[in-house]
Amino acid sequence: MTAHPTGVNDVSYLEYKGKHKGLMSWIFSTDHKRIGVLYLISMLTFFAVGVTFGFLMRLELIAPGPTIMDPQTYNSIFTLHGVIMIFLFIIPGLPAVFGNFFLPIMIGAKDVSFPRLNLLSWWLFLIGGLLAIVSVFLPGGPADTGWTFYIPYSVRSGTNVMPALMAAFILGFSSILTGLNFVTTVHRLRTKGMGWFKLPLFIWSLYSTAWIQVLATPIIGITLLLVVFERWMGFGIFDPALGGDPVLYQHLFWIYSHPAVYIMILPAMGVISEIIPVFARRTIFGYKFIAFSSVAIALLGSLVWAHHMFTVGMSGTAMFIFSLLTFIVAIPSAIKVFNWVATLYKGSIYTDPPMLYALAFIFLFSIGGFTGLMQGALSVNLHIHDTSFIVAHFHYVMFGGTGFGIFAAMHYWWPKMFGRKYKMRPAKVAFWLLFVGFNVLYFPMFVMGWLGMPRRYYDYLPEYTPYHRLSTIGSWILITGLIIMFYNLYSALRKGEKTTEENIWGGETLEWRAKTPPPLENFEDLPEVSEAPYEYKENDLVNEKELEEVH
Amino acid sequence: MFPSSTYIEKVDFAFLFITAISAALLLLVTVLMIYFVFKYNHKKNKKAVNIHGSVPLEIFWTVVPIILVLGMFYFGWMGYSEASNPPANSMEVKVTGQMWKWTFDYPEGFSTDTLYVPQGVPVKLNLNSADVNHSFYIPAFRIKRDVLPNRENFLWFNAEKTGSFDVACAEYCGLRHSYMYTKVIVLTDSDYESWKKQKIEKSSAGQAI
Repeated sequence: MTAHPTGVNDVSYLEYKGKHKGLMSWIFSTDHKRIGVLYLISMLTFFAVGVTFGFLMRLELIAPGPTIMDPQTYNSIFTLHGVIMIFLFIIPGLPAVFGNFFLPIMIGAKDVSFPRLNLLSWWLFLIGGLLAIVSVFLPGGPADTGWTFYIPYSVRSGTNVMPALMAAFILGFSSILTGLNFVTTVHRLRTKGMGWFKLPLFIWSLYSTAWIQVLATPIIGITLLLVVFERWMGFGIFDPALGGDPVLYQHLFWIYSHPAVYIMILPAMGVISEIIPVFARRTIFGYKFIAFSSVAIALLGSLVWAHHMFTVGMSGTAMFIFSLLTFIVAIPSAIKVFNWVATLYKGSIYTDPPMLYALAFIFLFSIGGFTGLMQGALSVNLHIHDTSFIVAHFHYVMFGGTGFGIFAAMHYWWPKMFGRKYKMRPAKVAFWLLFVGFNVLYFPMFVMGWLGMPRRYYDYLPEYTPYHRLSTIGSWILITGLIIMFYNLYSALRKGEKTTEENIWGGETLEWRAKTPPPLENFEDLPEVSEAPYEYKENDLVNEKELEEVH
Repeated sequence: MFPSSTYIEKVDFAFLFITAISAALLLLVTVLMIYFVFKYNHKKNKKAVNIHGSVPLEIFWTVVPIILVLGMFYFGWMGYSEASNPPANSMEVKVTGQMWKWTFDYPEGFSTDTLYVPQGVPVKLNLNSADVNHSFYIPAFRIKRDVLPNRENFLWFNAEKTGSFDVACAEYCGLRHSYMYTKVIVLTDSDYESWKKQKIEKSSAGQAI
């Protein structure tokens, strides 16, 4: 097939010379891979800022009383930590970086459906991100409302709430455009033979995520815009001083922000579903159950938002329904965990860094999930709501889950993306430091949360000192791990061993059939698919009947 | 159904019930994972066996967790029902949250910044905010409720023991949020009556001046 200008696919996407040169050839590129890399660089930059803020918060909390900052600074720092980590790291982390890079390749397409919209979404992301950073330096000081922008405080605060709201609003559009692109691409651009049940599970999870991005993000967009109007013109929709209802704001906020939690976790579950069969060298256990559980999570996850508001004073009926649904939404996640563990059974397991991160994901995400059940129980919730218990819970899910999922993805796909190998030893050392540091940092928060330590506290009662101190020490271990991990990946780019090996890990999805690094249009000729992913045909096959006999 | 009688014990029981099941399942998943990783390491197990799945197993690990979480839901709901139904004979105190202090207005007409209550008497707190959202939280009693400017929420408890317990603000409310602490002081009936008498005298004396 030579329908393209000659030479387009002779070189990798990194070397390809298009219309522009240098920096321009990146920031105006409509190649999904270059856009993925742009997202990667910007996301990691924002992540570094977010980690720095987290580190400073932990340092402040090493002892009761003022330590290194005043309360106003602390309040701004936890707000920015939340805004940056959620909107600029975790939400775009997998879909925008690895989804952009690998979704077209894994379904055998040349690019996404709307490459120019894709570039626009990165520009919006950058503008939104910069606006959030700029708001820090404007007169008035950075926003101090928490990432939730609860009214009435967000209407009363004298800080730069407006730029922060506008930043979140713009970032929402970036997310919607990515979602739109992915839904269309999965529907329209699957290569010949790539039926729905031959899609890799990462694609299933991105597809479910994309629907939430398209359907739920507009709600937060309009809600944040209403807060802008509220501050600007005194609309009186949410502000009780003008006859509005602050609880209405909370509902609208969580109608998006709870599904957004699944925007954050689903793609990570997809990554884990890719990595486990590859490093166990066998077919995945329960493909359809994992695929449909993604869809079930996307659907059920849209119906549980008010569990963030159990203390707000809702009717008994609402409390009953939201608590019940919260327990039910745990089931599809549990199904995934059981299927992943079952996939290890009778595998031929390699414990390379991507697999270590995937296994840690299962452990940490499970703790996050179980502690979520504790909060779903109404009477228990009334005690631990808004304490550091919840802070620990969502860090186990969002960082131990999605964060480790992002690290797993980086270690899995890095050689494919850049044609360079990273060093194994530092990667493993970094992993263990991250794993230990993470637990030392966040586990004490469960304990003190149960004992009654509220969240978003600049200062605390002396009896919580040991837990806070341990947690701060954990943050140092964690950051040491992060530094080693990122340095190792960075030095792989600079001086890592070059590789053009197509199938580095022994995977069977399409990206391992593309060149390393992939050329502009990903494949010389678009591949045809006849098998489901992860078949590993050379293995012995045990069918269901035989399995029953085994048990 | 509950093995214990007081509200605090019921909350703790629900928490322990969920924690015990969670810990058992976490242990199962983790031990299996580690066992498989060692047992089926590629050095020992050169060739994997493909197993595409098992419908009976899928049904098993869907149905069992559903039953378990319904049990968890039940205990949570029962505790909540109790927390949302104050006895009719409760003593009522009006609580006002504002940046960054609490005010308690007693039916006898005086007000305080620390909550004094008699032991063994149900107390209903009617919560309202003068400015932004707050949340009234007594960790020792396992209760918390948001304090909002445009609606009256309530909270009730029946203190079993005398003593002094922390009251915190649990909903972020700005600069001095972490200092919005006060105490609830539980007195014996007779101590409470003499405290109340003193308060009434003081406040009427204050009015006289």
